[in-house]
Amino acid sequence: MRFLFKTDYEDDIRLFPHSGYVVSYGLLFAVLLIAPYVLSSYLMSQLVFVCIYATVGVALLILTGFTGQASLGHAAFLAIGAYTAAYLQKYNVPFPVYFLAAGVLTGCIGALVGFPALRLQGIYLVIATISFAFIVEEILARWESVTNGNEGLRVKALSLLGVTVSRDSPTFYFLCLAVLVLTIVGTLNLLRSPTGRAFVAIRDSETAARSMGVNVALYKVKSFAISAAITGFAGVLFAHKLSFISPEMFTLQLSIEFIIVILIGGTFSLHGAVLGAIFIVMIDPFLTYLKDDMPGVIAGIAAAFGAGTVTAGNIQSKVAAFASLNGLKGAIYGVIIMLFVLFEPLGLYGRWLKIKLFFQLFPLYKRATFKRQKIYVKSERNR
Amino acid sequence: MSYFRAENLSLHFGGLKAVDAVSFAVEKGEILSIIGPNGAGKSSIFNLISRIYRPTSGRIFFEDQDITEQPPYDIAKLGIARTFQNIELFENATVLSNLLVGRHRHSSTQLWQELLFLPSVRANEKLHRRRVEQVIEFLDLEPYRDKLISGLPYGVRKVIELARALCSEPKLILLDEPSSGLNVEETDDMSFWIRDMKSELGVTVLMVEHDMSLVNRVSDRVIALNYGRVLAMGSPSEVQQHPDVVAAYLGA
Repeated sequence: MRFLFKTDYEDDIRLFPHSGYVVSYGLLFAVLLIAPYVLSSYLMSQLVFVCIYATVGVALLILTGFTGQASLGHAAFLAIGAYTAAYLQKYNVPFPVYFLAAGVLTGCIGALVGFPALRLQGIYLVIATISFAFIVEEILARWESVTNGNEGLRVKALSLLGVTVSRDSPTFYFLCLAVLVLTIVGTLNLLRSPTGRAFVAIRDSETAARSMGVNVALYKVKSFAISAAITGFAGVLFAHKLSFISPEMFTLQLSIEFIIVILIGGTFSLHGAVLGAIFIVMIDPFLTYLKDDMPGVIAGIAAAFGAGTVTAGNIQSKVAAFASLNGLKGAIYGVIIMLFVLFEPLGLYGRWLKIKLFFQLFPLYKRATFKRQKIYVKSERNR
Repeated sequence: MSYFRAENLSLHFGGLKAVDAVSFAVEKGEILSIIGPNGAGKSSIFNLISRIYRPTSGRIFFEDQDITEQPPYDIAKLGIARTFQNIELFENATVLSNLLVGRHRHSSTQLWQELLFLPSVRANEKLHRRRVEQVIEFLDLEPYRDKLISGLPYGVRKVIELARALCSEPKLILLDEPSSGLNVEETDDMSFWIRDMKSELGVTVLMVEHDMSLVNRVSDRVIALNYGRVLAMGSPSEVQQHPDVVAAYLGA
């Protein structure tokens, strides 16, 4: 186990506490850089989605994880970013301009949502953000002159410095990766400066934050605005990746997916957003695989246990019918959330920390080490 | 003119007069204790000063400025810091970041500068960190810098709350029962720190306290309250011998 001896105030400020971090993140970065020349186009596409979901995850972490304000409206912020991009693109606005415009506009709308949210807490805030999401969804469907209603909008391939960047090209992947990395670095900077600490203070005790001179209302609005703006940026990339957007893509289900990203990844660290994004993007092909192959496998098992061909075929068709039920995916998501909240409230990143600690302290690891945090997360979080 | 002054301060909850026309003044550099039985209105006065409650009537002045209508976060910016009776720390953060929140009133950086972590932000952070370290040294908190609050014992949390208030470099500090829940030894430490705060840091102290030995040791003056009214005011021994105070405590 490594002991850090701090000899300078700089040691508390730097992003990489010791050289081990530089090496491991350097390696990760190198792998991400060569990925487009190694991985298949399908996996690359998934990786781009991981970048976009992780960016939204970081945005949601700022608001929910660090400021303690729950939101189920982030699909709406994503939609505003995406539609701003698609609309401005029609008037031949260059990419950097509409990219920034989408972020700024979404940020302003986020701040507007933040104001009524000042008086709401916990479940009431969740309801308020859900209703905001429904309002946006409805506006997108009805404001046909701008959004083209339910028929949706086609998004042209983005052109950067006069070069057309296709949505499957490595350049587009690098763009998404850059946005993600910049978002993470910016957020880390924020967290180690007064604003970030004020966010955490508001999460843990509004009374104490106020008595220390934190303008709670102002910082809540700031948190909403920053979170929304980042989601708006991600929305532009999302629109380009899909190349077609319509209102039914930005439903409550998407907002819930974003919540899953941070819940499963872990709400206390930015690592959680990335891990959660990988989880949510990879679970889709996994579920498809189960849907296609499970019926056959189960029938095979039944046959091995002595079921006749007719019975086995029967079982296969029943399982197949069950697997293609509507809303099964939502139910699976629900079960996943419940299991994580009950058994792993610190998320995948929390689990990774425990595994790391187990090896660092071997053979002295105590299960109780994380118990107190777990109780806290269970009882007091998101009152 | 007094340094800090409350004039005819009242707080009514319906028919209940939690604080009833209380007037008092705190001189610069003194330690003034407020004592009284449970429900006398001691903590309510603190909550009025830090604007958690709005006074029903009356005015509060600090450094000749009327602060009765200031928003809560401005009270801290003026240099009035406080601790709470039932510890209000940021549970899921480290001791260091708790103390750094205490520095909030001195932070001057803009959001965009922080996003980029410009050299000015870095320099400011180091300055804050240095000031926090001075407080850590003052209160002997060195072993706990990187610990999470949620894992610390009560006595230490109490000191950390005091430290957080001191990090804001207050002119006036409000201590709400600094010794509650502390053992004899910890209470002794607390009494030394309170006196050192006055002599070394030049902080004016207004304190609510039940432990009379602590009150006697540190206070310059004492105010006794009962049912929201001032019973007596004066030196610790004068107040303790005042017939009304004896009656209020012993029920004669």
